[in-house]
Amino acid sequence: MDAIAQFFHNIPIDLLIIQTVNGVVTGMILALVASGLTLIFGIMDVVNFAHGELFMLGAYLGFVVFVSTGSFWLALIGAALVVAILGAAMQIVALRPLIGRDPLNTILATFGVSLVLQNYALWQFGPVVRKIPAPIGSQFTLFYLQYPWYRLLVAALSAAIIGGFWLFLKHGKFGVWIRATAQDRVMAQAMGIPVPLVYTGVFAIGAAMAAASGVLFAPMVGVSHTMGLDWVLKAFIVVVVGGMGNFVGSIVAAIFISLIEAYTTIWLDPSRAVIVSFVILILTLLFRPTGLFAATPR
Amino acid sequence: MTTAPLDKASSLQELAADKAQSRHTAVFWMVFSLVMAALIAAPLVLPEFWRRLTTEILIWGLLAMSSDLLIGYTGMVSFGHSAFFGLGMYGAAGALLLVSPPNLWLAILFGLAGAAGAALFVAYFSTRLRDIYFAITTLIFSQIFYVIIFTWTAVTGGENGLIFTRPHLRIPFLYDARFTSTTMHWFVLAVVAGSYLILRRITQSPFGMVLQSIRENEPRTRAIGYRVENFKMVAVMLSGLFAGLAGVLYAVQNEFAAPDFVYFLTSGETVIYNVMGGIGTLVGPIVGAGFFHLMRELLSRFFGDQFPYLIPLGLIFIAMIIFLPQGIMGFARRWLNR
Repeated sequence: MDAIAQFFHNIPIDLLIIQTVNGVVTGMILALVASGLTLIFGIMDVVNFAHGELFMLGAYLGFVVFVSTGSFWLALIGAALVVAILGAAMQIVALRPLIGRDPLNTILATFGVSLVLQNYALWQFGPVVRKIPAPIGSQFTLFYLQYPWYRLLVAALSAAIIGGFWLFLKHGKFGVWIRATAQDRVMAQAMGIPVPLVYTGVFAIGAAMAAASGVLFAPMVGVSHTMGLDWVLKAFIVVVVGGMGNFVGSIVAAIFISLIEAYTTIWLDPSRAVIVSFVILILTLLFRPTGLFAATPR
Repeated sequence: MTTAPLDKASSLQELAADKAQSRHTAVFWMVFSLVMAALIAAPLVLPEFWRRLTTEILIWGLLAMSSDLLIGYTGMVSFGHSAFFGLGMYGAAGALLLVSPPNLWLAILFGLAGAAGAALFVAYFSTRLRDIYFAITTLIFSQIFYVIIFTWTAVTGGENGLIFTRPHLRIPFLYDARFTSTTMHWFVLAVVAGSYLILRRITQSPFGMVLQSIRENEPRTRAIGYRVENFKMVAVMLSGLFAGLAGVLYAVQNEFAAPDFVYFLTSGETVIYNVMGGIGTLVGPIVGAGFFHLMRELLSRFFGDQFPYLIPLGLIFIAMIIFLPQGIMGFARRWLNR
């Protein structure tokens, strides 16, 4: 009994709470990235390998807009718009010709796009880490830490964007088109829904969400050309654990995985804590290959 | 009695098919020996830099060929071949650093064992999945190995990797000498050519036929009664072994093992070699590796070392997926048959 009491006594409650907040914040950003990825997959059967690069490019564009205008909010909107156009262009040029071919072709093509974008960023911005200052600098006291309000704002904003998108899917005209196409694209086409336009639109929306999360993330750690792979990997894990194409599942999975990773960093250094999410992925694949949060096993 | 003429006709047809087959075989061996002759002579005529590049292309070609067994023949795109390649590298490094005097054959054995371990791990988990799920999980597995190698500094040297000296090329009772760049090339060529012949034999064997049938129609293959999962696992293991062999060769040639080669980029480039050269041809991936590295060399000669060569190569890669999915070899084959 003593040993058990000792064990509970040794759990650092304050650290746990701090890491819970951290986990929820990164989880919300990850949810924003992953929901774009799962949306694109659910509708087009396209695994967008370049999603992390869109995130990275959004952050860089946010940096560029911020440097020239000085406004964080302009940077957020500007980066999202530009990357949305880029995403639409990417879909039209690289993915539209591949419709009807093996879906593996699309992962190869988007992998090609990610290579080009990543090396373009390296060429244009160099290997130096860039940082956008947070729009609000104030902090509050969380135990012995000065915790920035900005992080909570990020979580709230991500939730707002996801919620707004959810409403748009439910009630917007284009949103209804998207859901109809996801359910049955042939029937949707027969009902007069312009399916090619829906495809391009969905890609643009997904890209904009990735870019927005990139800008939101930039003040926290900074922007580098290699961050794309980390994020796309995390997003892949989230999407598989949450169930491919399952919008709600991927949001829950994003927070779940970020929380567990955050708790792990109490005991392990962060570069190794990544392995924990890999292990969650393996366990999911072993025991519930359709995803942990799939409503109905497919 | 009525069946006799039919029998005769069918046996005549068989005879014609046999003849075509044997002519095909003759042409194959002729081309094979011509290419081999050119590659054997290459280090004797090429200057040092190009000699090294040719050797490296052969090594990358072996890596690409190993992944073609999965991409081209079984229809599984692996984004994780860097794990096998890297484990081969570190296995060889381990043998060369721990055992003295360093022994080449032991390095190969250790490298293959390392790659086989990684391949068993990856094969067990990822072959339960198909298509994109397979691609994503192989990628994530290779990343696990990368993180372990990168952070386990005490054993792997972390970011700096491991440095060692090249072992002698020693064939018991026959030959024992330091590697020169020429003998290195011949050694690599012998291993790559041998691997090619083995892989070719594998793809033409009944086992290889089952793999191709999995690629064409997995449910039907299962329905016929083949244990698809077992075939896939063996395919991944074989592929991993040959990728590990490529890793050993690369480690021995360059006298180091570094975590960069376990990183995703190596896997990505392996896929690029395959697509550029032509999947499902075994020779194609080598051609693709050659094309990729020659282009890279030419681009950095024209535009300087800092030029982001992956931008034009990435664009070519995308264009090839859209317009030339059979790659260079597929295109050449069609053009020759015209």
